[in-house]
Amino acid sequence: MGMDHYLEVFIAESREHIQTCNENLLQLEMNPENMEIVNEIFRSAHTLKGMSATMGFDDMTKLTHQMENVLDGIKNKKYPFSSNLLDIIFDAIDLIEKMVDSIATGNDGKIDVSAIVEKLRGVENQGSITGSNNEIAATRTMAIENETLLGNFNEFELNMIEESINQGFQVYSITVQLSDECMLKYARSYMVFQEVQQLGEIIKSDPSVTELEKEQFDNQFIITCVSLESAELLEQKIMDVSEVMNVTIIPINLGDLKGNTNNNAAQEQLTIDEEEPIFKNPEASKAIAKIPMNKTIRVNLEKLDVLMNLFEELIIDRGRLEQISQELNQPVLSETVEKITRVSSDLQSIILNIRMVAIETVFQRFPKMVRQLSRELHKKIHLELLGEDTELDRTVIDEIGDPLVHLIRNSIDHGIELPEERIKNGKPEMGTIQLKAYHRGNHVIIEISDDGSGINSEKVLAKAIAKGIIDSQQSKQLTEREIYDLIFTPGFSTADTVSDISGRGVGLDVVKNTIQSLGGSITVQSKEMVGTQFLIELPLTLTIISVLLVDVNQETYSIPLSNIVENIMLDKRAIEYVQTQPVFRFRNRVLPLIYLQEVFQVSDAPNQDSELSIVIIQKGEKLAGLVVSSFIGQKEVVIKSLGNYLSNVYGISGATILGDGQVSLIIDCNVLLD
Amino acid sequence: MTVQALDQERKIITFVLDQKLYALDVKYVKSIERMLPMTRVPHVPAYIKGVINLRGVIIPIADLRTQLHLDEISYSETTRVIIISTNDKEVGFIVDEAMDIIDIAPQDIESNTSTYNTEQHNFFEGVIKKNDQLMVLLDIEKLLTY
Repeated sequence: MGMDHYLEVFIAESREHIQTCNENLLQLEMNPENMEIVNEIFRSAHTLKGMSATMGFDDMTKLTHQMENVLDGIKNKKYPFSSNLLDIIFDAIDLIEKMVDSIATGNDGKIDVSAIVEKLRGVENQGSITGSNNEIAATRTMAIENETLLGNFNEFELNMIEESINQGFQVYSITVQLSDECMLKYARSYMVFQEVQQLGEIIKSDPSVTELEKEQFDNQFIITCVSLESAELLEQKIMDVSEVMNVTIIPINLGDLKGNTNNNAAQEQLTIDEEEPIFKNPEASKAIAKIPMNKTIRVNLEKLDVLMNLFEELIIDRGRLEQISQELNQPVLSETVEKITRVSSDLQSIILNIRMVAIETVFQRFPKMVRQLSRELHKKIHLELLGEDTELDRTVIDEIGDPLVHLIRNSIDHGIELPEERIKNGKPEMGTIQLKAYHRGNHVIIEISDDGSGINSEKVLAKAIAKGIIDSQQSKQLTEREIYDLIFTPGFSTADTVSDISGRGVGLDVVKNTIQSLGGSITVQSKEMVGTQFLIELPLTLTIISVLLVDVNQETYSIPLSNIVENIMLDKRAIEYVQTQPVFRFRNRVLPLIYLQEVFQVSDAPNQDSELSIVIIQKGEKLAGLVVSSFIGQKEVVIKSLGNYLSNVYGISGATILGDGQVSLIIDCNVLLD
Repeated sequence: MTVQALDQERKIITFVLDQKLYALDVKYVKSIERMLPMTRVPHVPAYIKGVINLRGVIIPIADLRTQLHLDEISYSETTRVIIISTNDKEVGFIVDEAMDIIDIAPQDIESNTSTYNTEQHNFFEGVIKKNDQLMVLLDIEKLLTY
């Protein structure tokens, strides 16, 4: 297997461990006494160290090693736990994250770690008199001596050993101790391997061959070998290699292995090395046992995308089949087509489900961000996360992170007041930002609310007039809501001073654009002194949606069902006019009437009917009636983009291919309602 | 695009618009298709005639006659759509008739195009004289910005 393959696994697992560290560190800040959490962090740091050493990322190894020492110090209560100490560890983890990112983008992951290593050392030295470095080294050797010398075997290796024993081979665990003066440790280990390989087959080496090559081991290594020869002969041959101090050979019996199996399986899962004393701790091993094993596999995202594309093709052909069977009107054919339709609907829900990712993956980076920013700004902020298990299409997940970061930064910077001010205003000293996700119909809603100072609508108006976004005449007619919406206009920024946290020149208009490009919408509600709430509405999936097909003077358009309230027939005489805008009454509301024929400049065909076909569409609280020539029917369609050449066509969000191969444009109701 | 081609032979595809020969660099040409049913798209420049479904991919179509300010004619049996694909855009250009793919040397291209009408001029890369025939080499980048 090539290194590339390992690299992928390495990157994925490193990211997981970094995330675990981050989460646990935040936990630790709240419960500094809980040593179980320190153990968790230690374990992750240790695994990171092991992995980076194996992959040869020295800077990362150095940094994680030093981090491990400090964590060990915390665990053994050598120095008090403080927020400052936590900051340093956070910095270190940030740096590790940067390295992983660098490695992931094909670089070598080399970053100057000396500064942060120094800081960590500083913590260590000032805190402990004995110097935990030595101590760790000491415990480590002890641990090795106490080792059963059996090493760890994964399931594959265990099977191999079992097989070999059953076939009459002997399996030996050989511990080789090189002399302390040995200069070329790798060369010697290589010679030992050569000798052993002449007599049998090596199935495992601990440390691994790569680590041996890099001389990343003390003077001892353990190899497991399958052979027909006697232990004495092996010992003699190995002792012949110069600078070998000592050889211990233990034959492995099936019985020994059985006892080991369960233990090792669990530990293998967590990639734990036995050499650390910490895992000998019974409490820790209990924690391992508690983690439920999920039967999951990692799948390359590209494969999922291919699957999705193929499925889209299938849906298009299904549409074609449905049409043909309708035309031919053959019972047998219709039955089969119906069945295909049913099966493919099930298939669709499964495929869409596979692509769904819990929003947790986006949320989990926020606690740390909030902590850091609030410390920088000397504010006290509590972040509440709700509905982290709400699932969204992967494509949406990938895109939604940045807008959320922006909104949260906004809340921290402009929303939550300084502690003194909050107390003066009769609020609790600690501000709260709540991030909440939940399903509503075919949508996912994300709410970002804070109990800060709220939006001052007069300030917004003044600013909008000053920036020339509206004139003072217009400003008098705006509702409160419309005023708040002004903050999403390009070139608008309410902060009096440009700070490092939000006002970076990218405004909320970028947030709005991103969300709209995902087919979603954003609204804001606010009350001065009480707080602000941003509400983001996103579609569950992006690629396959249900639409109503309508005819507009011989052209077929698609209207997403998620925007439709209902279809009605309206007597032409019921149309009224407010100034020049045609309107009609619908359930005690007066709704504007939009003639699609005019919006989309369709060639004229006078409508002789006395009734109009109207689709009532909705976005948030806004409703309107779209006048069409006739309703065609409901359909599941695959959304396709119009491409970069035709980006941003007014009123059109994309296109789809109908059963007969024709292209139908999908109407963007959000724009029509604006 | 012009710079790197200075000392190299280039392949171009030639086609007819209003009885004159025009050419495009072949490296951006993905395929040549017969006319397919089009769906009109509102609120776009007049030369963008709509979108087609080309084997499951939706591709916008521009009428080169209209874009080059020539008179529009109705599409016939010889009408072809040249599908162009650059790294970020895909477009089909409607032409009267597609002709040949030919090799040209840098010295075949005359960059002085002042004798042609100015509205078309914006889209020119140069004029090619080859085998006693004159043809206009169009600049794809310029055609793709609308």
